[in-house]
Amino acid sequence: MGFLENIGAVILGTLRDLAPLIGLILFFQIIVIRKRLANLKRVAIGFVYVVIGLSLFLIGLQSALFPLGETMARQLTDPEFLGLVAGAAAAWDDYLWVYLFAAAIGFGTTIAEPALIAVADKAGSVSGGAINPWGLRLAVALGVSVGVTLGALRIVTGVPLHWILMAGYAIVIVQTFFAARTIIPLAYDSGGVTTSTVTVPLVAALGLGLAANVPGRSPLIDGFGLIALASVFPIIAVLGYAQLTARLTRKREPGASTERT
Amino acid sequence: MATPGGKPKSKAPRFADAVRGHALGAPALSFFLMVLGTLRDLVPIIAVIAVFQLAILRQPFPDLGEIIIGLAFVMFGLALFVKGLEMGLFPLGESLAQDFTRKGSLFWLLLFSFALGFGTTVAEPALIAVAAAAARAAAEGGMIASGAEAERSFALGLRYTVALSAGAGIALGVFRILKGWPVHWLIMSGYVAVVILSFFAPEEIIGIAYDMGGVTTSTITVPLVTALGVGISSMIRGRNPLLDGFGLIAFACLAPILSVLIFGMLL
Repeated sequence: MGFLENIGAVILGTLRDLAPLIGLILFFQIIVIRKRLANLKRVAIGFVYVVIGLSLFLIGLQSALFPLGETMARQLTDPEFLGLVAGAAAAWDDYLWVYLFAAAIGFGTTIAEPALIAVADKAGSVSGGAINPWGLRLAVALGVSVGVTLGALRIVTGVPLHWILMAGYAIVIVQTFFAARTIIPLAYDSGGVTTSTVTVPLVAALGLGLAANVPGRSPLIDGFGLIALASVFPIIAVLGYAQLTARLTRKREPGASTERT
Repeated sequence: MATPGGKPKSKAPRFADAVRGHALGAPALSFFLMVLGTLRDLVPIIAVIAVFQLAILRQPFPDLGEIIIGLAFVMFGLALFVKGLEMGLFPLGESLAQDFTRKGSLFWLLLFSFALGFGTTVAEPALIAVAAAAARAAAEGGMIASGAEAERSFALGLRYTVALSAGAGIALGVFRILKGWPVHWLIMSGYVAVVILSFFAPEEIIGIAYDMGGVTTSTITVPLVTALGVGISSMIRGRNPLLDGFGLIAFACLAPILSVLIFGMLL
């Protein structure tokens, strides 16, 4: 039970993350708004739950999943595992396992991302049920999966990052013109929500491992960019998901008014 | 919190009623169901790691007992986190939004939005780690002089650039909600600016700049910012929370990309 020893350290770390937020809120609540917070006790208990919950979540991940995932990322990008001759130039299709792992880990980590769960539930309640939180999360996870896979492919082939990113932006702009207006802000937000506590460590380990092992790539320069791609493609996926569901509901109820919300 | 209430004085079929009757019973029961529900969120990542470990790398799990206990921590922690958000951060964000809107002071609302973005980003551990890695990359690429001092000042400059622009991004996003501007015109102009700046910025900074957008908003900031946006837009007549309340995170992600590209060009 070695990991139980760092519980205190993780809780302290979470508190330190939360401290500026609490300080800020106290300052504005007391100095600027000058009003006692309603349900102060309930809110305080909620904060305690958030700190303990997030700490337990991180401790569990760090002891159970991260070490394995990081080892896997290293092993899968090892030229020996891939059957490559050290130092020889590699073709892009020598790394098929890496792409599969990138796609799977991008999807799996995004579904478990706590911030995304929170935002998706909020979107579900704000939209009065028109947006299905689970469908939204699946769409975002699919987008991250595509983004991380393209990022891995980019590290192997050496295509400049900004070309892929610009292509992604172009798709987003075209989709925006055809999408229902109500989904657009949420779709844009989902890009930034995805890459937090769970996704970043595993995806960064994959990028660094890959950039260190592919000949001609520098881990310092080519290791970057996976996170960026993982935040653009969810936007495309959510916009696409909204268009798909709008089309499906239209087909299902012919003649019915197409409520595009 | 998990104290399954209800004195077991009644017979077995009455247990559920007894639990519900107790002050803590119903929340405890629903919390237990929430813990079970988080299993669904974790199945994909567990499946990915299990399949790759057993079928592709063909290795046994090193310490199965520790992994299972760790997973129990993850499930319990996730349920507690989501419960805490519902009780604490979401209502707080919305009540702050309401109080600011009632106060009617644009200055204080924008200052609060900026401080929220800046204060939570500047100390973000992910940002500190990425900024340090970026400083090493920049030194290796010959963009800045190598040496601990130059790297340290580069990392610090990067962090403040990102945090200032994340704050400015959220403030701009809040201003947009008040004005009712469509989010996509602003974001698309931002994209165009990113593309144009990418042609002029030094190549070493581009990957770093793009990644900086993703590391700004932490797991704790995102729910509060979302609640703030939804709260403001539900307070102003004629605003739709879905249409106007979301979009703040998008600004907090895009602004740092722009400012880090500019930061790289100024060096």
